[in-house]
Amino acid sequence: MAVCAEVVLKPKKALRVPVYAPCIRPDDFAGLSEAEIGSLEVLKGNRKVRLAELFEVKGDAASKPEELTICLSGDFGKVRQVGFEMTSGRVVVEGDIGLLAGEHMRGGTIEIHGSAGSWLGSRMLGGTIIVHGSAGDYVGSSYRGAADGMRGGTIIIEGDVGSELGNHMRGGTIEVKGSVGLFPGIHLHDGAILIRGDCEGRPGAFMMGGKIIICGHVPSVLPGFSIIRISKSVKFGKEKIEGPFYTFVGDLTEGGGGRLHVSKERNSHLSHYESYL
Amino acid sequence: MAEKAPRALLIKNGIVFDPLNGIDGERMDIAVLNGRIVEDVPEKEAYVIDASGMMVMPGGVDIHAHIAGSEVNAGRLLRPEDHFKDVEPKTATARSGVGHSVPSTWTTGYRYARMGWTWVSNPSMPPLEARHTHEELDDTPIIDKATYPLLGDCWFVMEFLAAGMIEECAAYVAWMLWATKGYAVKLVNPGGLECWGFGGNVKSIDDVVPYFNITPREIIRGLAKVNHLLDLPHTIHIHTNRLGQPGNWEITVRTMDCVRDIPGTSSTGKRSIHVTHVQFSAFGGDDWASMCSMAAPIARYVNMHDHVTIDMGAVVPGDTTTMTADGPFQYGLYELTGNKWINHDVETETSSGIVPYHYRRKSLVNAVQWAIGLELALLIKDPWKGAFVTTDHPNGAPFTTYPRVIEWLMSVKAREKTLKRVNKRAIRRMVLPSIDREMTFYEIAILTRAGPAKALGLENKGHLGVGADADIAIYAIDPDRIDPGRDHRAVRRAFERAAWTIKEGRVVVKDGQVVSSPRGRTFWVHVELPDWTEEAIRSIGDAWTERYTVSFENYPIPKHYLARPYKVVRKARLEA
Ligand SMILES: [Zn+2]
Repeated sequence: MAVCAEVVLKPKKALRVPVYAPCIRPDDFAGLSEAEIGSLEVLKGNRKVRLAELFEVKGDAASKPEELTICLSGDFGKVRQVGFEMTSGRVVVEGDIGLLAGEHMRGGTIEIHGSAGSWLGSRMLGGTIIVHGSAGDYVGSSYRGAADGMRGGTIIIEGDVGSELGNHMRGGTIEVKGSVGLFPGIHLHDGAILIRGDCEGRPGAFMMGGKIIICGHVPSVLPGFSIIRISKSVKFGKEKIEGPFYTFVGDLTEGGGGRLHVSKERNSHLSHYESYL
Repeated sequence: MAEKAPRALLIKNGIVFDPLNGIDGERMDIAVLNGRIVEDVPEKEAYVIDASGMMVMPGGVDIHAHIAGSEVNAGRLLRPEDHFKDVEPKTATARSGVGHSVPSTWTTGYRYARMGWTWVSNPSMPPLEARHTHEELDDTPIIDKATYPLLGDCWFVMEFLAAGMIEECAAYVAWMLWATKGYAVKLVNPGGLECWGFGGNVKSIDDVVPYFNITPREIIRGLAKVNHLLDLPHTIHIHTNRLGQPGNWEITVRTMDCVRDIPGTSSTGKRSIHVTHVQFSAFGGDDWASMCSMAAPIARYVNMHDHVTIDMGAVVPGDTTTMTADGPFQYGLYELTGNKWINHDVETETSSGIVPYHYRRKSLVNAVQWAIGLELALLIKDPWKGAFVTTDHPNGAPFTTYPRVIEWLMSVKAREKTLKRVNKRAIRRMVLPSIDREMTFYEIAILTRAGPAKALGLENKGHLGVGADADIAIYAIDPDRIDPGRDHRAVRRAFERAAWTIKEGRVVVKDGQVVSSPRGRTFWVHVELPDWTEEAIRSIGDAWTERYTVSFENYPIPKHYLARPYKVVRKARLEA
């Protein structure tokens, strides 16, 4: 039996119904033959089906997950929960991926060349997610209603993301090279969010701690925030992000002590805050 | 087959605990015909269950658990994460469902049945929300149910009592029970909820409620008298003032004592008050830093008096959702935890609130609360007075933790194991470590079925005598061979998964699996009143229109609204 370091999945035909496939992760594939991988169960709508019924499977898996790469070739926009709780190895998505990719992920890497659906990296504990396209709402957030957002790891998104980025986030870093929707860093407890583009509004609502850096335009800063200084530059991990930034503390309506840094240059309409310094 | 509801059923050779009939672990057969317990059935015609080596008890009776209504449903909406962590898939015989502390209706029925419980009282219904409550109760399968309308802060009740019109008040309460299809009179923080409408609360039972010129003592005594006049099956059912606050034990004793002289009813005898989830009302200390258990003086009071029954409201460490009609208490809990919260005012009737809560063993206060619940049950000598097993579901813990509570009541060793893991500073603030009582199966049968059934005035529940409803639980545990003190885990496991649960003669659970889900009944009380009361009730119509968003005529639940109602008829002791 030839053991490949790579397993390739390709949809047999376009998927019309959502597929829940938490088993598409190196931890589950490791050590399995092509046929064994094909017989893993997933949920298509409310029906259990085998992977091989939906996808062409190519390649036997390496025996250790850390040596394994799973390549998803084609449109996986309907496939959810890929990389669920994965601990090591790589998942490479050539096209789009559906909701909940990397949910509760602990380690390893997911690289998405297309775009990701909502809830990307929700409840993430460790590892790395890189998206070359854009992502939906609730990136790195908690389960709905809970307060257990991302605790560790790194998410990098080259495109734009939707609303409530990093909801209830408690650690790790998220970097967005494009723009973000409403309420980035809502209920942020700890960790760091860097937004290189613009923000649609209301950053850091209810934040208790942690750091949000916005290099682009923000329509306004919420009244729960108080300006404390103008910072020349701000640290994001090891990187130094050049400013200057208006630095606010908040959200004071919740007794929070988070830091919100907003580009001075791109937000001249906020210059009136300087009078409070 | 069992699933097809055999007419006759014979349970052979089980070890039976039936305290209401004085049966303490005797090997005997139980015969069932057409949903009732009978003297005997011919074995050839009966579906036979071999219960040898097993324990047979009447179906469990829960006197206080929030399982239906607007409050519970708002709790469900508030807590998607609670559903997420506890999911039950569909089986061939049961529907799917979700929820840990606020499970969906069908799942609620299944989980009770799986533990061998067949009756649940839903204790806190804003009268205005009666339709919603009954819709959910109808959707809760298997178990029989009843619900208590909240009447302690009702404007009309307070006005009648303040004016000394006790007979008119009784007529109004009887009308309310009819209009809402209720079973008992519930009071939550009487007077305090009305004060909350103005951002306040009462601090003692002698504080005056603004605009109504009445005190909690007068409301409690008034409704206890009304309860007597209407000859209701249950006593008044009260959640005390200052619940959940350090130092509230004194007000709890005063509450019990203030109705000492008021007679009970033909069902309740000497008893005139049921104080519920007393764990939350037995705190000592001046503030949270000095909070300690005062279960002992409360138990002493109950031991010395015959007019009181209580239930535990036990706390079991873990994640749950608190929900009560006590708006000010819930708001205080929000301030304490910073958790998400709901607070609500129900027109002229009551308030309510919801806050998720996680009880931690390592928290000083939570560890003391855990101890108080158990102390109450262990320090009260006569189990017929309580403390009946409840967790005030879901306030102290979900009802699915009852087997855990039973385990602690039956085993010093089980308690010691938990004591080793709780906050060390809490140990000095409780009496639990010094209690060596271990309950017997007979006592557990009283605290979980016979006692609450008697307190509720349910003549055909909580026992296995001839004529009783054939609601039976069979547990796969041999009481003759097991030492519950040592093998407490086996006891817990047996109560978690009934070997058989029988409801009205029909097998509903087999080996811990739901095999059929017949619809349970909803009990309500119809009080026969003298003619003059009709005019007295109609006379409030004008005031009603001014106060309510619902017209007087549209307020009562329509006829035939309940899927399977069971009318309990009483005759009022009112002058003709
Ligand atoms: Zn309650």
